[in-house]
Amino acid sequence: MKLITAIVKPFKLDDVREALSEIGVQGITVTEVKGFGRQKGHTELYRGAEYVVDFLPKIKIEVAVASGAVDQTIEAITNAANTGKIGDGKVFVSDLEQVIRIRTGETGEDAI
Amino acid sequence: MEQNIFELQYALDTFYFLICGALVMWMAAGFAMLEAGLVRSKNTTEILLKNISLYAVACTMYMICGYAIMYGGGDFSLFLNDIESNGVTGAEEPATYAPSADFFFQVVFVATAMSIVSGAVAERMKLWAFLAFAVVMTAFIYPMEGSWTWGGQSVFGMYTLGDLGFSDFAGSGIVHMAGASAALAGVLLLGARKGKYGADGSIKPIPGANMPMATLGTFVLWMGWFGFNGGSVLATASVDSANAVAVVFMNTNAAAAGGLIAAMVLAKVMFGKADLTMALNGALAGLVAITAEPSTPTALQATLFGGLGGVLVVFAIITLDKLKIDDPVGAISVHGVVGLLGLLLVPFTNDGSSFSGQLIGAATIFVWVFGTSLIVWGILKAVMGIRVSEQEEYEGVDMSECGMEAYPEFVGASGSGR
Repeated sequence: MKLITAIVKPFKLDDVREALSEIGVQGITVTEVKGFGRQKGHTELYRGAEYVVDFLPKIKIEVAVASGAVDQTIEAITNAANTGKIGDGKVFVSDLEQVIRIRTGETGEDAI
Repeated sequence: MEQNIFELQYALDTFYFLICGALVMWMAAGFAMLEAGLVRSKNTTEILLKNISLYAVACTMYMICGYAIMYGGGDFSLFLNDIESNGVTGAEEPATYAPSADFFFQVVFVATAMSIVSGAVAERMKLWAFLAFAVVMTAFIYPMEGSWTWGGQSVFGMYTLGDLGFSDFAGSGIVHMAGASAALAGVLLLGARKGKYGADGSIKPIPGANMPMATLGTFVLWMGWFGFNGGSVLATASVDSANAVAVVFMNTNAAAAGGLIAAMVLAKVMFGKADLTMALNGALAGLVAITAEPSTPTALQATLFGGLGGVLVVFAIITLDKLKIDDPVGAISVHGVVGLLGLLLVPFTNDGSSFSGQLIGAATIFVWVFGTSLIVWGILKAVMGIRVSEQEEYEGVDMSECGMEAYPEFVGASGSGR
């Protein structure tokens, strides 16, 4: 099982969510985050004083998938979130040791 | 002794006018809060700036030429030169209140009409295009239709609305429907916010970021409206006018209450939930509905009139969305649709007006304001563009227009001074 973490642009959330639904993903967790990658920050003025805006608003999507579904999921996310412009985001894949469904106690791929 | 009493009357009427004017100015704060609460956080700074700057623009342009157009009676003079020293055109001679008080009371009404536009075009209009329109609206468009109504002038020499039985006490049509007409013209040329209407005809809700602000704004508007309607009695220093003022305050309050209850109950019935934003719009609709005639109804009638406004506004909001006319705060519904209702309710309790007079007046105001607004928005669209770019709309106009966020995070000590 893998945990797929994707950082995408906020207005792409609906598109990614729909794309994941279409391939049968049944649950995701979403967080509002701020961050930057290779995009340099830009400066703004507040009452005449300059400050650097490093952090841009992004959305973090986390989804647990069975190992066999990883490639499909990555493809769905990247296609939906891509705009071709700088700041589109990244997808991280990490190993998921265990998953438990709280209500029923199911574990492993049954809990996904 | 008589001179003393006259002076006291003059002072009291002037004082009353000024306090009511200040209350209407307070409505500008109400609009700012209401709109700030109903847009997304990334667009909040810009709408706050729009609200306070349009107020300043309105005051300045009306001073420069708007007041002269509206009340000059055909004698045109800039910068209040003639108006101040000669007293108020159309008032009894000698004047019973200070001429500058009249200007002060009138100028805040202009700002109210203009601020109606800011909510309807929120989240996607260029700030400076909006302010350019505000200059024309407050210097010319509003004063012209104001001159045909409260100013008593004939409409390009064709007819005089007062003679036809048109009556609009505090401005359901002259201020509110006029503002909404300008807003409608702008929204039609501007287009809906990205993502609001799906290709399949679905309507996506775009929730406001701050319900406490929206609610506080409504309360502030409710209170300010006592000045809006109350001051339109134009006097208080006699038994008759004091009685009228009291009735106006009472009815204004009653109509807002009726509007809120009606909208809240209707929302519960139609949507299954007590929608706060509908309730707030309902209260405002009640206020707009009574504004054309708050002095002649009974308190019960005022409550019912307000209730009608509350019902109408809910349906208007839904209908506008179905027509894909995107109005983030419901301004066109509250002020335009219910503004018309307010005008049409007048003959029910005021024999001095007639339905035909109200309709002709409404049509005159709408055709003039909507038509000239469409032209001005059209010119602005061609010359400078009125809509921000797609990228700016996604990032939020706070950053692109104002360079600052309304609710900044991650800025603190480490975000500055590198």
